Amino acid sequence: MAIDFVAAAGATALFGPSGAGKSSVVGVIAGLVPVGAARVVVDGTVLTDTERGIHVPTEQRRLGLVFQDARLFPHMTVRSNLNYGLKRAQGAGIRFDDVVELLGVAALLDRRPHTLSGGETQRVAIGRALLAQPRLLLMDEPLASLDAERKAEILPYLVRLKQALALPIVYVTHALDEVLAIADTLVLLEHGQVRAVGSVADMTARGDVPLAARDDAGAVLEARVAEHHPARQLSLLRAGPLPLWVPLVTGALGTRLRVRIPAREIILATEAPIGISLHNILPVLVVQITEDAVRHTAMVELGTGELRLLARITPDAVARLGLQPGKPVLALVKAMSVDVLR
Amino acid sequence: MVFGLPVAIGLAWVLARCRFPGRAVLDALVHLPMVLPPVVVGWLLLLLLGVRGPVGAWLHDWFGIRLVFTTQGAAIACAVMSLPLMVRAVRLSIEAINPGLEAAARTLGAGRLDRFLTITLPLSLPGVLSAAIVGYVASLGEFGAVITFAANIPGETQTLPLAIYSALQTPDGEATAAKLALVSILLAVVGLAVAEWIGRRARAAIGHRV
Repeated sequence: MAIDFVAAAGATALFGPSGAGKSSVVGVIAGLVPVGAARVVVDGTVLTDTERGIHVPTEQRRLGLVFQDARLFPHMTVRSNLNYGLKRAQGAGIRFDDVVELLGVAALLDRRPHTLSGGETQRVAIGRALLAQPRLLLMDEPLASLDAERKAEILPYLVRLKQALALPIVYVTHALDEVLAIADTLVLLEHGQVRAVGSVADMTARGDVPLAARDDAGAVLEARVAEHHPARQLSLLRAGPLPLWVPLVTGALGTRLRVRIPAREIILATEAPIGISLHNILPVLVVQITEDAVRHTAMVELGTGELRLLARITPDAVARLGLQPGKPVLALVKAMSVDVLR
Repeated sequence: MVFGLPVAIGLAWVLARCRFPGRAVLDALVHLPMVLPPVVVGWLLLLLLGVRGPVGAWLHDWFGIRLVFTTQGAAIACAVMSLPLMVRAVRLSIEAINPGLEAAARTLGAGRLDRFLTITLPLSLPGVLSAAIVGYVASLGEFGAVITFAANIPGETQTLPLAIYSALQTPDGEATAAKLALVSILLAVVGLAVAEWIGRRARAAIGHRV
């Protein structure tokens, strides 16, 4: 396994299929897993350096770890579980009441772990890791054992958490929806190797990474609510220079949203169509085309300014329209096709 | 049992959680009393703790303590004989704890002793309590080692089994023997029942469905 990456501030997702080595990375960062050769540096402090024989014991690393199976202590109440790390921590910046409120576990404080539902258990596990005053939060597939409903319930909590506490997060998952909801940086892992590293916006707009071959491939954009038009049941968002019409959303003007435009939903045109139901006709430039002869698809990377989009069309269409890097085209996107993520 | 339990817990933890060369030897030594004839165990105790043995001489010369043929000696013989059972019970309990919980405790800042006291011990409590009671009950029945090391001194080192044996040796002692035997049986049954009950309560307290 050869993994090498630098996680900046914000949330870094380690993403890849099962067996790609993701959980091992977390184990090594936490100091729980012995490894042949490694160097782990957090916040300027060297925690592991096999070459120089440095290995700081796990209990002194001040890293929070949320496990896939929660691992709440069964012989203690929720409150005692939450306080376990707090009692042994240095510093008190993250407060008990704030965490309880952030994760919505006030009603559970005097209960025993075995009486909690899966979602409640994970929220308590996250709270417990936070209260240990970590300088980095490691989350190892924390939502993997939850069904879609429970996941949908918890994801908003994680997003709130990320926004409320300025805590760097390393998040391991094989679920793209989690990555898209939370991550800023994406580390793509495959067979124990780092395939690519980049911001979520960049990585999702690339046609040459395994991400692009997914059915749900599509560029993720950061946008702001610009206008609401309740009479027309539409809202106007701005993603960089691009205006995006979407069905009416809630949220005050200026609210930041993350949206995804699925690659298969983008139609490319060399002329603006008329008499059509489309709301979004976006002028962009072709940046790069990656063809896949096996799957008979062409991934076309489009750009305007710093913004990137990804379209999946047939190689035949590429030829018919004479698409090549640098050519201006129109990207047609239905308002209905824009996925508002949060 | 009072001596025996902490020793049993310590040994069980070492055997369950540590890896070191000679671990198999320690394991075998701990099980020795279970496997050897009790009289041989008693004889070994005489060898070590008797007034002329290595440990016994040191105790006698430095502290004036004599263990052979005393009540304390009888207690030690019982403790040694029941040690293997206690160690097994505690060890099984410790091994049954999800090691993931200890890893979680480490990430939350708990060092070794801290983890032992706050996680391992409380979670192995059902096993420890069972061990304590089973150890007590088993040592009540100890005969061979006690009579060899502590002799059969009425009022001092005459345990129940010894008393029953003596009663059977004397003419018309069958009635006494029968009464004593009944007491033994009752103690054993009650002991096991209490062990079971305490085990259940303890398991419920740590959250397993009983």
